[in-house]
Amino acid sequence: MAEELKLFRTWSSRYSLRVVNALKIKGLEYETILEDLQNKSASLLEYNPTHKKVPVLVHNGKPICESLLILEYIDETWKQHPLLPQDPYLKAMARFWAKFGDDKVLPSIWSVFISQGQEQEEAIALAAGNLKFLEELLKGKKFFGGETIGYLDLAFGWMANLISILEEIVDLKLVDRKIFPLLSEWMNSFSDDPVIKECWPPRNKMVEKFKAMREPYLKELHETEVMQFSLSS
Amino acid sequence: MDAAKSFQSPESLFVVHSESARMATETVKVLGCWPSPYVIRARIALNIKSVEYEYQEEDLLGGNKSDLLLKSNPVYKKVPVLLHADRPICESLVIVQYVDEVWASGPAILPSDPYDRAIARFWAIYMDDKWYPRVKEGFFSEGEASKIAFEEADKGLLLLEEAFTKCSKGQKFFGGERIGYLDIALGSHLAWIRVIEKASNVSLIDEAKTPNLYKWAHDFSADVAVKDVLPSTDKLYEFAKLLISVMKGSTPEK
Repeated sequence: MAEELKLFRTWSSRYSLRVVNALKIKGLEYETILEDLQNKSASLLEYNPTHKKVPVLVHNGKPICESLLILEYIDETWKQHPLLPQDPYLKAMARFWAKFGDDKVLPSIWSVFISQGQEQEEAIALAAGNLKFLEELLKGKKFFGGETIGYLDLAFGWMANLISILEEIVDLKLVDRKIFPLLSEWMNSFSDDPVIKECWPPRNKMVEKFKAMREPYLKELHETEVMQFSLSS
Repeated sequence: MDAAKSFQSPESLFVVHSESARMATETVKVLGCWPSPYVIRARIALNIKSVEYEYQEEDLLGGNKSDLLLKSNPVYKKVPVLLHADRPICESLVIVQYVDEVWASGPAILPSDPYDRAIARFWAIYMDDKWYPRVKEGFFSEGEASKIAFEEADKGLLLLEEAFTKCSKGQKFFGGERIGYLDIALGSHLAWIRVIEKASNVSLIDEAKTPNLYKWAHDFSADVAVKDVLPSTDKLYEFAKLLISVMKGSTPEK
């Protein structure tokens, strides 16, 4: 039976990018359906009625949702270029840290991006604490997966692309090479990998998009400042 | 379908499997606290596999986390922690999958088919990230906020009722004939669900609204791997009253 693979994604979704990378590493052919999240297709809503989100991988008509689950599905279905370790303990560690990345690291970096002043100082400290765990994980390794890119590299992949963009917009260094030498090196190695490089969304478009996403938070702060000024005069 | 090629040589696969067999005999310890649904998950998984383990009760209500807990879970400082050959594994669903993979010769917890596994993992995440937070919100909040939260929890249960029908394929459990991953994921919450139903005067797993889950709840609670670790409603109700008074008396610990 011929395999039918479709990926519903957006041009910029960091979660979708995980799946794009995984499919490329495995050498799999698939059809891309680019979604406009302001105007979701009927197919997307049919395949992911619970969350109505991307990415969704459809394999021979059967949908799989949630990017990290899609990675596991891909790894279990196509055995070439394994993404997850064979050893149950190492596999458990990979799953644990991937969840930590999504639950803690990403939100803490986002907090730095949207806050200012004292709040931002506190957000930076929290983010740095989270990043220290990742720095530890990389000891003695080129990638989180060891010698080659694996599941955890793909899970953290958004950092290699997004962090420098956010740093540029807020004019702040989040991953300082002096404090996080291994993480900085990993970000370069990951970005420079030929498979990964090909899949990055256009940087200028990303900068534009995230600048726009930051606007409402700046506006809110400005209004608060204006209010405080008028109260104090 | 193209034959999937394994890049692992037969020799290296043998080494991995021998290592797994050896690991299955190493000591096992669980750091937990008896009311926690997440701890219950780890214990059910170990029971399914008939693994002998040492259990250490942590005094979380008293704010006395053991040094072992703090050392084993420096990221979250939470239970459950599974210590296997002194190596810690944290996060309940990670633990359940780990137990399934190490004690592979015991009854399977996750389905064998990759698609069925993806579905099981999907609904477990849904339960933790979307559904159970609504239940907790219903319980801990009041008035309109509580009403809305419970209504959303009800909607979620209808989705889970549907998921049950699809996964169980006419059998007793999400996992089929025997309890599996999704049974553990949802069933671990049953004691708290009953307490919340009693305290908030709501019916969550309702015979009329979710008849399959209603029956499933009874079957699950009676299962040999479950009945000794799922607390009784009365015991947990008393604990819940104590927890609320502690929370009202001081700032809740994050």
